[in-house]
Amino acid sequence: MTIEPILLAARGVKNSRTLASYLDRGGYKALTKAVAMDPAKVIDEVKTSGVRGRGGAGFPAGVKWSFVPRDLPKPKYMICNADESEPGTFKDRELILVDPHEVLEGIAIASYAIDAHTAYIYIRGEFVREAEILERAIAEARDKNYLGKDIVGSGYDLEVHVHRGAGAYICGEETALIESIEGKRGLPRLKPPFPAVVGVFGCPTVVNNVETLACIPHIIERGGAWFATIGTERSTGTKLFCVSGHVERPGVYEAPMGTTFREIIEGFCGGIRNGGKLKAFIPGGSSAPILPADRIDTPADFESVAEAGSMLGSGGVIVMDDTVDMVWALENLLTFYAHESCGQCTPCREGSDWALDVVRRIRRGYGHAGDLETLHRIARFASQGMTICPLGDAFCLPISSFLEHFGGEFEAAIAAAEKRAATFLPILPVRSDHALFESEEAS
Amino acid sequence: MTEVATPPLVVASIEAVENPSFDEGMESEIKRILERYPEGDSGAALLPVLWLCQERWGWISPGVMRAVGQRLDLSPAFVESVTSFYTMYMLRPPGKYLLQVCTTLSCQLCGTSGLVEHLKEKLGIDFGETTADGRFTLVDVQCLGACGEAPVVQINNDYYTDLTADSLDEILDGLDG
Repeated sequence: MTIEPILLAARGVKNSRTLASYLDRGGYKALTKAVAMDPAKVIDEVKTSGVRGRGGAGFPAGVKWSFVPRDLPKPKYMICNADESEPGTFKDRELILVDPHEVLEGIAIASYAIDAHTAYIYIRGEFVREAEILERAIAEARDKNYLGKDIVGSGYDLEVHVHRGAGAYICGEETALIESIEGKRGLPRLKPPFPAVVGVFGCPTVVNNVETLACIPHIIERGGAWFATIGTERSTGTKLFCVSGHVERPGVYEAPMGTTFREIIEGFCGGIRNGGKLKAFIPGGSSAPILPADRIDTPADFESVAEAGSMLGSGGVIVMDDTVDMVWALENLLTFYAHESCGQCTPCREGSDWALDVVRRIRRGYGHAGDLETLHRIARFASQGMTICPLGDAFCLPISSFLEHFGGEFEAAIAAAEKRAATFLPILPVRSDHALFESEEAS
Repeated sequence: MTEVATPPLVVASIEAVENPSFDEGMESEIKRILERYPEGDSGAALLPVLWLCQERWGWISPGVMRAVGQRLDLSPAFVESVTSFYTMYMLRPPGKYLLQVCTTLSCQLCGTSGLVEHLKEKLGIDFGETTADGRFTLVDVQCLGACGEAPVVQINNDYYTDLTADSLDEILDGLDG
């Protein structure tokens, strides 16, 4: 099923980042319409659309907005999450590069719906140029009264500010992001209380992903019911799929929810690079469990991917051909998580480093018979509610899924190492530190 | 790929930032930053003010941390805890060009390791080191969020994408100073 792009309709349009171009394409009509509506009606429309969070968790956006207590005599805040740090994900950057005003309009409508007069765009520190694009777009929109005081004569005021991160994957988690805006280290908070009640500066706060917010103007303009006809029953709308790795044409593709991974990988991306053979793919950013090639006919919507044993997550599809050593791939992912664990919870801080140690020594030919059991134990003890935020699960799910589908490669590496160790005594220590192996590899 | 060549970083010497102070331009920028956050929550300005300092001096010295703490009414220990938590604040003076090589999975699948070997040999330095002439600092970074254009290297504020050893050489040779 192919349809006209909705979120990325401006691709290929000249000067698509400018306000003039956005107005030409009917921009800010939805905002004008929304500010004339009752905020509760705006939330209802978004609930009707069924749009679910595009950042990874898939929570219905309208429901999230409705948690904000309207009668609390405190300011409310809207935050746009542009931290985009999940490996394999690069859709929010594309949206900002192609159509920043679409994102701004979504932010303005969402802010109006939850009665916020200040909104922050939290953008990862590396996106310097993207932050500049957003700043320019905000200035343009303010100049023409689509932001600022008395927006399009409605009496509603809104200021939008860009807040740059400074290099921390964890700040994509909404409570860590809130801490980071407050000028602290990005350590996730315990929930409850949820940000909708106690968020940034102790006030009710909604955090939405860039792509989620980009859907909002279209929902308001064309109706929630229209949006709900696209995609599947419970995963509505189009989704941006970012495909990277061993494909002919990597990039961001917009398609209705429920498009199969075969259509995405073989159709949009032209199949595996250099005529190779698909070995495995990660369907939703590096934290999602890996799937073997035979699950390629899975439809890409929240329910179907969960049924196939993974997560739709952020829609970051990482494709691997049959030349990839799975022990190496898992080591690479664990390097990321060991580096990015914030250090707050012991199971995640220690577990990610320990798992990396074990997988690294297997890859370097020093594995032991008990290593897979150790990995399984780490994956059990650092996931499913043992940590404050989901980073624990984020590194455990790859471990369990790599072992489930490609355990044979790990076993073979260990068997070879055991055989060698039996020939060349003495036996290596069971748990060794990075330094020992670094020096061995160097020599 | 950017249209104009990446400008070099302004990097202050260790002596110059022992006891720094904010000039008029920085002071007015700090006031502008503070306006974005609620009164009484001036700590929220910490990340943007650190960015401002890094743009001005190239790195965040202990002296800069003290000055920032004093200006925002935060303890030096707190400022240091935040500065060292985030990987992008430089705690030591970098070279004029900071080469940040993405080493996460998608880039690796598309040949980053060859690029890394090439860079290390060409520059004669390892990750975390600066060339003797102070021109290049090489660091490995985690996912830069541009996986569709792998391999990616960020030089100062600009992304360079779809790189090969040859195209990277051309880019490095084209940099000023």
